[in-house]
Amino acid sequence: MIIPEDLLYTREHEWAKIDGDRAIMGITDFAQSSLGDITFIDLPKPGAKVEQSKWCATVESVKAASDVYAPLSGEVLKANTELTNHPELVNKSAYETGWFAEIKCSDLGEKNKLMNSAQYKEYVQGLSK
Amino acid sequence: MNYIPHTELEKKQMLKVIGVSGVDDLFKHIPKQLRPKSFNIPEGKSEFEVVEYLKLLSRKNATDLTDFVGGGFYDHYIPAAVDALAGRSEFYTAYTPYQPECSQGWLQAIYEYQTVICELTGLDVSNASLYDGGTALYEAAMMAIRLTGRKKIIVDSGVSLIYRTMLYAYTSNLSIEFVETPVVHGQACREDIYKHLDDKSAAVIVQNPNFFGAVDDFSDIVERVHKCGALAIASVYPVSLGMLKTPGEMGMDIATGEGQSLGIPLSFGGPYLGFIAVKKEHMRQLPGRIVGATVDKDNKRGFVLTLQAREQHIRRERATSNICSNEALCALRALIYTSLLGKAGFAELARLNYQKAEFAKATLDKVSGVKVKRSAPTFNEFTVCLPKNADEVVCKMINKGFACGFPLGRFYKGLDNYLLVAVTEKRTKEEIVQFANSLEAALCS
Repeated sequence: MIIPEDLLYTREHEWAKIDGDRAIMGITDFAQSSLGDITFIDLPKPGAKVEQSKWCATVESVKAASDVYAPLSGEVLKANTELTNHPELVNKSAYETGWFAEIKCSDLGEKNKLMNSAQYKEYVQGLSK
Repeated sequence: MNYIPHTELEKKQMLKVIGVSGVDDLFKHIPKQLRPKSFNIPEGKSEFEVVEYLKLLSRKNATDLTDFVGGGFYDHYIPAAVDALAGRSEFYTAYTPYQPECSQGWLQAIYEYQTVICELTGLDVSNASLYDGGTALYEAAMMAIRLTGRKKIIVDSGVSLIYRTMLYAYTSNLSIEFVETPVVHGQACREDIYKHLDDKSAAVIVQNPNFFGAVDDFSDIVERVHKCGALAIASVYPVSLGMLKTPGEMGMDIATGEGQSLGIPLSFGGPYLGFIAVKKEHMRQLPGRIVGATVDKDNKRGFVLTLQAREQHIRRERATSNICSNEALCALRALIYTSLLGKAGFAELARLNYQKAEFAKATLDKVSGVKVKRSAPTFNEFTVCLPKNADEVVCKMINKGFACGFPLGRFYKGLDNYLLVAVTEKRTKEEIVQFANSLEAALCS
């Protein structure tokens, strides 16, 4: 399981890569492998306001639909429209080509509620016990 | 049939469990004045007596009137093969398949039905059917709201009042703004629609032919609607699609309609058939079940329920709709009916309806005092202006053996003298001439 060191994580298995006041977000490798083949992603729309820990996207695999929660609050600047026709990118590369959206963060203090890679690794290992 | 009621002891035990002192308490939320004063149930009767009683009761129905009533539901001929095939126990006794993929026959029938609906409407994706034309229109409106994130819907008042009433009733607890635009010279008023169309509008809803029978090409409206980022929705009469421009050809995003005309008998309250078809780009927001075709591990063709993640058994409160059923048996009838007619037969059916209605228009025009409205082209239904109250004329015509039409004053203010007349392929030339003669007599008396 891949857990890059430079990212922050949520308990719901989203990741965020913060750069200044902007953050790129997606779902983790653990999330994609648990979901199985992803068939469709309902992405957040640019301009939409998202709130930390609130719904912002939906991922569909063959027989399940899972909610994705925003790791940070803010406004959606861009969504990865490549995923509309190629949702399998999330399975192939959850942290690179499989990113979901870029958010302009409204409160960087929210970072403190996220886990670093070591914490997330421990958290995930705890789940599989 | 045996009827075995609960014993007094059982009733007491059940009431005790739920903590209620008597059966009457179960109804206390219903105001007294809304409850029946008595049920007027006579002492027990034998099966024979009950059957005789119901037979007598059923004779009160007029079943032999020559039918010129439309208004969304039409008296079309249903080939005997529809009853024979749809009545087979494999279909007729089967309840909704909870393990759908075990019921390959049903899924194939629904898949083919969806194909028929797509071909008729000229759109890409159909679901497995909905309850009726009105609920289908409601689902279309909700789709537009989900897809656009907007909450205003413009409805042309040429859309059946039955459908509009259902639309408003279903959404009464949601904050949706409906704007009704008027019909001018029988057709949707562009000017008024454009006046209300803005960046808050989710959809414009029109009907073809509209309730007055007028046929329209809404392509111009669709173009304007799309420029505003809204969706165009049309409720259509499927038989008319055998000759009219399809919703797909007009660029509509969603087409809905009442499928009763496709092999389902007229009956008071249904069951009828709602259909809905959408452009491919909107398919993720399509409500209800969808059957897809695929291949199994041996590469043999098979059918599955597809895109189920939209549905409430998976997505719960954020499902596209709370509909979790469909009108499978009625959809099957529509499939058998359209298959029996075929593409050429369906086009001929439409032509017959159109031509007979045109003949009726010409014939009724000769009746003194009757004015056929000709401000817009029509399909198999048209509006006539009478010199008298249409309700009264309808009553007189019943005594002459005709259900002569729908009095428009019931749905539209100020149109008390207007009658909506429908002519299907079943009406003969003789019947139409007799109808005109009887109408002349009824107007004189």
